[in-house]
Amino acid sequence: MKTHNSFEERFEFNGTAKTLSLVFIVIGVLAIALGFIFGGEHVQRTYSNLLLMSYYFVCVCTAGVFFCAYQYVAQAGWSAAFIRIPQAFAKVLPIASLILIVIVTFGLFTTHKVVEHGKEEVVPYLYAHWATHGLTIPGSENFDPIIFGKKAFLNIPFFYGMLVVLLGAYSYFGWALAKCSENEDSVGGMSNYDKSFKLSCIFLVIFGFTFPIFAFGVIMSLEAHWFSTMFGWYNLAAMHVSGLAIIALVMIYLQKKGYFTWLHIDHLHSMGKLIFGFSIFWTYVWFAQFFLTWYANIPEESVYFYIRWEPQYKFWFWLNIAMNFLAPLLMLMSRDAKRVTNRMMWTCIILIAGHWLDYYIMIMPGTVKEHRGFGVEEIGIFLGFAGLFTYLMLNTLSKFNSLVPKKHPFLEESLHHHI
Amino acid sequence: MSKTKFILGCFDDPDNMMQGIDNLQKNSIPIYDVYTPMPIHGIEDKMGVKDSRLGYAAFCFGCLGASVIFSILFYTLVLDWPLNVGGKPSFSIPNFVPFTFEWTILFTAFGMTITYFASTHLFPGRAPRVMDLRATDDRFIIAVDAKGNVPHEDITNLLKQAGAVEVKHNERKYVSYE
Repeated sequence: MKTHNSFEERFEFNGTAKTLSLVFIVIGVLAIALGFIFGGEHVQRTYSNLLLMSYYFVCVCTAGVFFCAYQYVAQAGWSAAFIRIPQAFAKVLPIASLILIVIVTFGLFTTHKVVEHGKEEVVPYLYAHWATHGLTIPGSENFDPIIFGKKAFLNIPFFYGMLVVLLGAYSYFGWALAKCSENEDSVGGMSNYDKSFKLSCIFLVIFGFTFPIFAFGVIMSLEAHWFSTMFGWYNLAAMHVSGLAIIALVMIYLQKKGYFTWLHIDHLHSMGKLIFGFSIFWTYVWFAQFFLTWYANIPEESVYFYIRWEPQYKFWFWLNIAMNFLAPLLMLMSRDAKRVTNRMMWTCIILIAGHWLDYYIMIMPGTVKEHRGFGVEEIGIFLGFAGLFTYLMLNTLSKFNSLVPKKHPFLEESLHHHI
Repeated sequence: MSKTKFILGCFDDPDNMMQGIDNLQKNSIPIYDVYTPMPIHGIEDKMGVKDSRLGYAAFCFGCLGASVIFSILFYTLVLDWPLNVGGKPSFSIPNFVPFTFEWTILFTAFGMTITYFASTHLFPGRAPRVMDLRATDDRFIIAVDAKGNVPHEDITNLLKQAGAVEVKHNERKYVSYE
């Protein structure tokens, strides 16, 4: 057994991981290009998938900031030994935000003609339910009184303002937390830890109140007639579980590559407990949203689930529950199960795919409607963003001077983490 | 014949106590139990304590809670007195989920508490019994069953060598807080 760990160890980003992530990015670009070349319904599908994956990308990076922040606020010690991984996620957030903003800009300002209720309309590819010209202008032939009532929230300046302010704030806090941790390495002492604690407290308050607005704006407004107050928490649970699964997967991968020799199975066990618990929380919120709608059975609310109950979505609707609830429930329930690295790895992979499907079920019925598909665009764009995330995140990780915050006050506790 | 029932090594430092466990184990002297005022990581592995089975108890109590409330709901809402609520069928699963969920948790929580009380003899109203009163305060206690473990002087010496501040030869197993 190795008894001495070198805390000067740096991550070297090269070899298969680098090649594969670059290959995946190329596959993603090709898939986007193919989507546009196919034309017709494929363009709409490509836009929807781009929105899906850029939202997923932003959520995973935000989950990194969120994870760091609540570890600091709880003054948790166990996570100190691998806190560099979520810090690397957090540092990628500005790029992810920029990609999301670029994609929604293209989606909002490129239009196509559709035939709706027997008349031809010119609508944008994304957010057609509220961004179509004339929806909120009284007297226009497109006028929609429901959207008119929501125009204070659903308008382009507010939408951009929200994206820029919220993602800017999340990115700032992610950057600042990583900065403090790097300062700590060179300076030592408690001042940087105290500052991280304060930053985390402020971040969590801002994040808790504003993440639902972000989810309402980016995803829920795709079907702007419908609304659910549970939607924000539902998305928060989804982004948290997928973020945790990816952090755990990166931990497992880097350990298999021979890094993070100081991490042991107890760290993975703790991650497993969080993943298990928040999968149950996701199900709880998912069911709460479904149950209220089912019970009240008000047509304008039920329409959301009505579309998802149509034959082309029903199978995926149930598969979503199987992958995100039953899989972690059955695979991770016992203590011993969380202490088997490969089982954890497969559960994480199922959850990452499962939450892709979760976002798919949220987005597609509102954009491509019955022209749902699962093919080149879906797989290619998923791989492209997976490659992009892997490349940027591992590249950021290799920039850290050391893979461990050497002077973190709780480092010793983390190295002796035992449960 | 000595009247000593239990030999208690009292330590004021957990590291010394761990040394005491090592000393006894090296000499093949079985340890009855160890009492500490705070959790000590790694002591279960050292002592060979088996993993807690509380999780299995929790699972059973959870299943019991779910079955009990499901039966009650099924009898009252479906068999005995079906009500028309919003035109929904009387046996509709989503209705049953919140109750079943809550009762699963309720039975699990109560069941685990009762199991814990039963296995530790800590019922409300019963004065807790301990081997040494200071084991809940500032002493780390290693208890060795005196019967069959002779000579007692050797055990005392082993504990003293490890840094025991006091070694007691008790004629009663427990003292009570009464």
